[in-house]
Amino acid sequence: MSEDKTPDAPAVSSTRLVLTLALAGLISGVAIIGIYEATLPTITINKARELREAVFKVVPGVTRMQKLVYKNGELVSTTETEKDEEPIYGGYDDEGGFIGYAIPGAGPGFQDVIGLLYGYKPDQKLVIGMEILESRETPGLGDKIYKDAEFVANFKELSVEPEIVTVKKGQKSEPNEVDIITGASISSKAVVRIINETHTVWSTRLPQPGSEPLMTESEKTVDEAK
Amino acid sequence: MAENQNESYETFFRGIWRDNPVFVQVLGMCPMLAVTNSAINAVAMGMATLFVLVGSSFLVSSFKQWIPKQVRISAFIIIIATFVTVADYTLLALVPKVHKELGAFIPLIVANCMILGRQEAFASRNTVRLAVLDAMGMAGGFMVALFSLGAIREILGNGSLFGVDLFGEHFEPWVIMILPPGGFLTLGLILLFFNWVTQQKDKFIEQVAEAERVASDG
Repeated sequence: MSEDKTPDAPAVSSTRLVLTLALAGLISGVAIIGIYEATLPTITINKARELREAVFKVVPGVTRMQKLVYKNGELVSTTETEKDEEPIYGGYDDEGGFIGYAIPGAGPGFQDVIGLLYGYKPDQKLVIGMEILESRETPGLGDKIYKDAEFVANFKELSVEPEIVTVKKGQKSEPNEVDIITGASISSKAVVRIINETHTVWSTRLPQPGSEPLMTESEKTVDEAK
Repeated sequence: MAENQNESYETFFRGIWRDNPVFVQVLGMCPMLAVTNSAINAVAMGMATLFVLVGSSFLVSSFKQWIPKQVRISAFIIIIATFVTVADYTLLALVPKVHKELGAFIPLIVANCMILGRQEAFASRNTVRLAVLDAMGMAGGFMVALFSLGAIREILGNGSLFGVDLFGEHFEPWVIMILPPGGFLTLGLILLFFNWVTQQKDKFIEQVAEAERVASDG
């Protein structure tokens, strides 16, 4: 095809063509591995810091956290990353006393998947904070689910019993009600639905209040080293 | 030497104004409309494109003798894709927030027709020095275009520039401007303005030529 367009192209053996592209691919591959290796530590640190900040925000008063996974019917702490795992995070105070869980959830919003993290106090069955981690909601309208402080404040003390329901703005009277945002009702209802769905999954998995997994020693030392 | 410098100057500024990749050639529309809802996104996209374009033009021009004509497009794409990957990881490590906003549009720089176009039309036929100057000019022009669109849309749609509030509380943002229709609207108006300026200039040149002819006839 290219020979039709450039009749002046000198005849080149196929071997040379293959070799040129193979060499270009090889050099390119090495360059990509190089940049990946060079930036990976910073990227990992950034991601870990972002997660810590989000956990500390949704569970106020937390100074330490550990990753928890649901394995063989119980909640265990882990530091390893496994495929298909669904981790939640336990938040603790300085003495290692349990404060609350930070539970990630995701589901369809108006435009794309909304990913969020919410803080949960199991003894009072209360949502104590919510942070949107991922969203492509419409700027100016749907993005109010994280830009509108009034809406976010709905989740500071929100009962999940029997389930969270949405009401028109300004009509919140029960502890399990959320004022939806005018002009962004689909996005705000999506947030509530995601929390409800995630809560249904996790409510059976979480241990009885009072018997939460303890802060593991190894994690403590890692934390203090930071 | 003077002519040489003149040529460099011409090569560089052609991309910024006369052959501006966006306003005149109307290339690279996908990032142009998609990431210009704020000035900072527009500038970050412009910087990434500058890096990719200058890097690829340099390499393509340096290796032009060794790349057989038959596989040149594939070779150009490999070079461009490598630079894009480097830019992608660098942005992710240095400015994760901006990277998140730009999202899929960083990897999509590979598909920006302006970049491949410059390799095929210019870098593969000129010296390294001219190729780099041309790339800087074109990327500069692209950045000017991105920035003007991004700034206008952010000022009107959000009442701020680079995140700094400009009008205070009483300004009601024109939300439509940061939504996709605002992008099309603003770009259309800018193109209209650009064409009007070119038309006026052509008219002026014609008038001068006419006056000169009259003067020499007389």
